[in-house]
Amino acid sequence: MLLGEDYITEEGEFVINMGPQHPATHGVLHMKIWLDGETIKKVEPHLGYIHRSIEKMSESLSYRQFVFVTSRMDYLSAHINNQACALAVEKGLQIEATPRAQAIRVIMAELTRLASHQLWWACAGLDLGGVTPFFYAFREREAINDVMEETCGARLTQNYMVPGGVMNDIHPNFQKRVKDVLKQIKDNFHEYDEILTGNVIFQNRLKDVGYISKEDAVSYGCTGPTARASGVSCDIRKLFPYDGYDKLQFEEILSTGGDSWARYQVRMAEMLQSVHIIEQLIDNIPEGDFAAKTKVVIKLPKGDFYQRVETARGELGVYLVSDGAAVPYRCHYRSPNFANLSAIPRMAKGAKIGDLVAIMATVDLVIPDIDR
Amino acid sequence: MLKEYFGTIFSAIKSLLTGMKLTGYYFTHLKEIVTEEYPDNRATLKMADRFRGEVIMPHDEKNEHRCTGCQSCELTCPNGSIKIIFKQELQPDGKKKKRIDTWVYHLDMCTMCNLCVEACPSNAIIMGQDFEHSVYEKKYLKKVLNKPGSKLMDGVEE
Repeated sequence: MLLGEDYITEEGEFVINMGPQHPATHGVLHMKIWLDGETIKKVEPHLGYIHRSIEKMSESLSYRQFVFVTSRMDYLSAHINNQACALAVEKGLQIEATPRAQAIRVIMAELTRLASHQLWWACAGLDLGGVTPFFYAFREREAINDVMEETCGARLTQNYMVPGGVMNDIHPNFQKRVKDVLKQIKDNFHEYDEILTGNVIFQNRLKDVGYISKEDAVSYGCTGPTARASGVSCDIRKLFPYDGYDKLQFEEILSTGGDSWARYQVRMAEMLQSVHIIEQLIDNIPEGDFAAKTKVVIKLPKGDFYQRVETARGELGVYLVSDGAAVPYRCHYRSPNFANLSAIPRMAKGAKIGDLVAIMATVDLVIPDIDR
Repeated sequence: MLKEYFGTIFSAIKSLLTGMKLTGYYFTHLKEIVTEEYPDNRATLKMADRFRGEVIMPHDEKNEHRCTGCQSCELTCPNGSIKIIFKQELQPDGKKKKRIDTWVYHLDMCTMCNLCVEACPSNAIIMGQDFEHSVYEKKYLKKVLNKPGSKLMDGVEE
């Protein structure tokens, strides 16, 4: 049923399409909404507008090449996606990244998380009608991207983590600049609270909107801040530590609210935890090689390998099946956004149509990661 | 009840004013906001040393490059944006040797992943800092990186 054919159902429900070209969906997501007046009866996400068959493409790329494609999935957590692939290959080779590479990887991953959460904060404000916060968040995000540019050579699709370690050593200025960025974030963090968190209009649009219970969050497969706001303990960094996260001190932020306001607060607190993690490592990067020695042509032994990491949006799983050749036999990604999207119809049921924008803003969807 | 009602209104207005105060601060302190005025700052704009803008092949003053034509980059490239065409070149000792004729670089297919530069055993190609690649026709994005009449540098092949 397309719009124009039959847009009022027999029960008198009005059917409208939100997207695929809609500024609040942050990409080409198409939501079909059944409305009773202004109340949402049903939401149906339609996918496939940005499907690039990354999984199939990976079957013809070698284990060194297939890493770079994943930067294009969740482009805001590009580092962490690359890290997942690199870790999966390392698992197959039964090697571990060098201590120096691990420390660099964790710093980069947390910087990515900070940048990603800042973009989310900016866009959450933008979706709910506040344009000014966007620029405050981008001020800090720009500083992080400059650090990335200096060390990795690119700002968004870095392709810095390679099987065995990282592509090249950190830039001589790296430690100083990261410290400057952390200081800038800590100094300016109170501005975030002043301009958006405390704002009464913003609060009223998020509180008691898009509630999802703990049981529902588990059964829909939500991960990341979306699930942690409902009280589900699911931080992969704590539960299945990788790259030396088990040696670091940090808290898993949990909330029991379950609504959009809780998701907002969890993400805000996570930013400070990321700052805390980087602070522990930035002066203690071990000396040594930045990459373990690997063969030019990597061949994984027969078998299947699964590696999960915590991206800024939840659990990303990389599943590699190898038949002993230089390319993967099958490659599958368990993407966090796809699972989180499936919970949106549950969250939006009974809400007003304007609340759907607030729900999508706080779930923080990245559409290329849903379709892959 | 009434007190609570007005209390809510008061705290709401206070929260809005807090935000407005911050906006007002930056509105009056123009020097604290740093934005880059592109493209007016082209003369002073300096990209990071490792910035990956495009693949380039450095030539020295004698018009010599370091590419031996081993095809490592061509095999490593995930997108097939590198194509090397060979020729037979007569050496001073009378023998014929395989040398690169054209090193074709398809910029339109390149994703700047840096894998070709990593794979190159003789450091013949590096990443350049130029990032303004927009052209009017697609054919201009197909580039030949070795300059006309260029030769392999002595001592690279050993």
